[in-house]
Amino acid sequence: MIRERYINAVILALMVIISIAALWMDEPFTITLATKAVILALAAVGLNLALGQGGLVSFGHAAYFGVGGYAMGILASHAQNYTPLMEVPFLIEGTNQMPVIWLVAVVASALLALVIGALSLRTSGVYFIMVTLAFGQMLYYFAISWPAYGGEDGLSIYVRNEFPGLNTLVPIQFFGLCFAVLCVVLFMVHRLNQSPFGLALMGAHQNEERARTVGINVTRLRLVAFVISGAITGLAGALFADLNRFVSPVMFDWHTSGQIMIFIILGGVARLCGPLAGASLYIILEHYLGGLSEYWQIYLGLILLFVVLFAKGGIVGGLARKEVRHG
Amino acid sequence: MADPVLAVHNISKSFGALKASDNVSLDLMPGEVHALIGPNGAGKSTLIKQIAGGLTPDEGRVELLGRDVTGLSTAARAQAGLSRTFQISALAMGYTPLENVMLGAVGQSGGVFRFFRPVMKDKMLLERAWQALKRVGLEENAHAMTSELSHGQRRQLEVAVALTLQPKAFIMDEPMAGMGAEGSKRLTDFLHTLKEEAPILLVEHDMDAVFALADRISVLVYGKIIATGSVDDIRNHPEVRTAYLGEEDAA
Repeated sequence: MIRERYINAVILALMVIISIAALWMDEPFTITLATKAVILALAAVGLNLALGQGGLVSFGHAAYFGVGGYAMGILASHAQNYTPLMEVPFLIEGTNQMPVIWLVAVVASALLALVIGALSLRTSGVYFIMVTLAFGQMLYYFAISWPAYGGEDGLSIYVRNEFPGLNTLVPIQFFGLCFAVLCVVLFMVHRLNQSPFGLALMGAHQNEERARTVGINVTRLRLVAFVISGAITGLAGALFADLNRFVSPVMFDWHTSGQIMIFIILGGVARLCGPLAGASLYIILEHYLGGLSEYWQIYLGLILLFVVLFAKGGIVGGLARKEVRHG
Repeated sequence: MADPVLAVHNISKSFGALKASDNVSLDLMPGEVHALIGPNGAGKSTLIKQIAGGLTPDEGRVELLGRDVTGLSTAARAQAGLSRTFQISALAMGYTPLENVMLGAVGQSGGVFRFFRPVMKDKMLLERAWQALKRVGLEENAHAMTSELSHGQRRQLEVAVALTLQPKAFIMDEPMAGMGAEGSKRLTDFLHTLKEEAPILLVEHDMDAVFALADRISVLVYGKIIATGSVDDIRNHPEVRTAYLGEEDAA
């Protein structure tokens, strides 16, 4: 029995240690893998808020991941081609500045989550899963059939976008930036979990009738959680696109939604650092098992099955033992 | 006569051919315990849902302090001052009792959309929460896990959460259910003092408790209120004896 906060500290420290060690041993590819884990973890932190804390099993979070990615792709492609995004009624130019791109990604995915959430939250259970999945797939097919930004082929951005004061093309610097973003978001989610909003959200997850009876508008509560959740995943999408310097409809695909969910289940549902633990394990498996066999996902499936059947708390839950208070 | 705190006017609700509520009217006066009794399947739960929220009557009105609340959601009715306890404890089982009453305090305060300050350090809400726990005698279990409480303790917690709402009226659905003689007696005494704060509409099967507590009793049979009156009126009401208290005595 270890307290969860120590486990969280160890997980975060490990990420830093691995990256610095890789820098020291001159293994930039390891740093890139760590960066990928951090960004995917951020996407899962977003979903975890809806799924873990809120009990809203969204199978369409690829929608926000993709919107974040395309926010980056669209803005950066206009910047690299020196074409304005729009001239009438007023001029909007592309940009290669990350802070601006992040802001656009967050706002766009939050708005999308507001619309999708307002419609999906009228349903619950399996229907909610299906409705969110349907919205995600709608965006997937839209992205495929929209030729302006690459359609099915996607969109390449040749130079990574800029962040003031950093050279983002240096792997360790980009890692540091992504890791800092993750830490800030984790801190905010941690505070949110402790806040009146968090108490109400997790309370409504455990017993919806109870929450209503004490005067809480559960639907509005969940909608707000869903919007915050989508915004975080959208931010991750923008970073992911920047990592690959490439955006494609695959980001919208339901496989992506499933993957984000797998990180959470592996790492620990509703656990603060569960998504990071899960995403890291996934990347490790993908890298090492993927090197052994093309069919490495069979082993992933077995591990997932084991976690679901015997270790429901995932990695963090298994180490921390203490019941998560909202399950 | 003072105005009623809660007034139900001519409520009807049908499910297909079944009339679950048939032109039901009742009211709750300040400072009273009004017990609602009736055999199983009489439509008590359906009636409670129409009053506290969750089910809209086909016809009729529910008024709280003269305000029509018939069209309001459960949450809005709670905000308006209706506090309900459930027959089967509806608690957040993964929370501690303290967190459960905090949930009530947060809901009542209306400050759900605050995202950054730790709720468990909010002095005002904590005070209200602890007070509610103390009043039902659960302060020693405040940090236990709700799922590990005994059945009786859960019943007490259910009442404590209702207290945090500082309501205008309580609606209690079998608060004594499965509580055992001693716990039932303690809760009866407690409700006796509580009614001065806010009147209680009490659905209860424990007849000793009903006769000890109630100022008035209404009897619901097949969705209809067949009698309303004092404890003595109801005890001696021939129709009630036939329908509910046992036929052989009535003969």
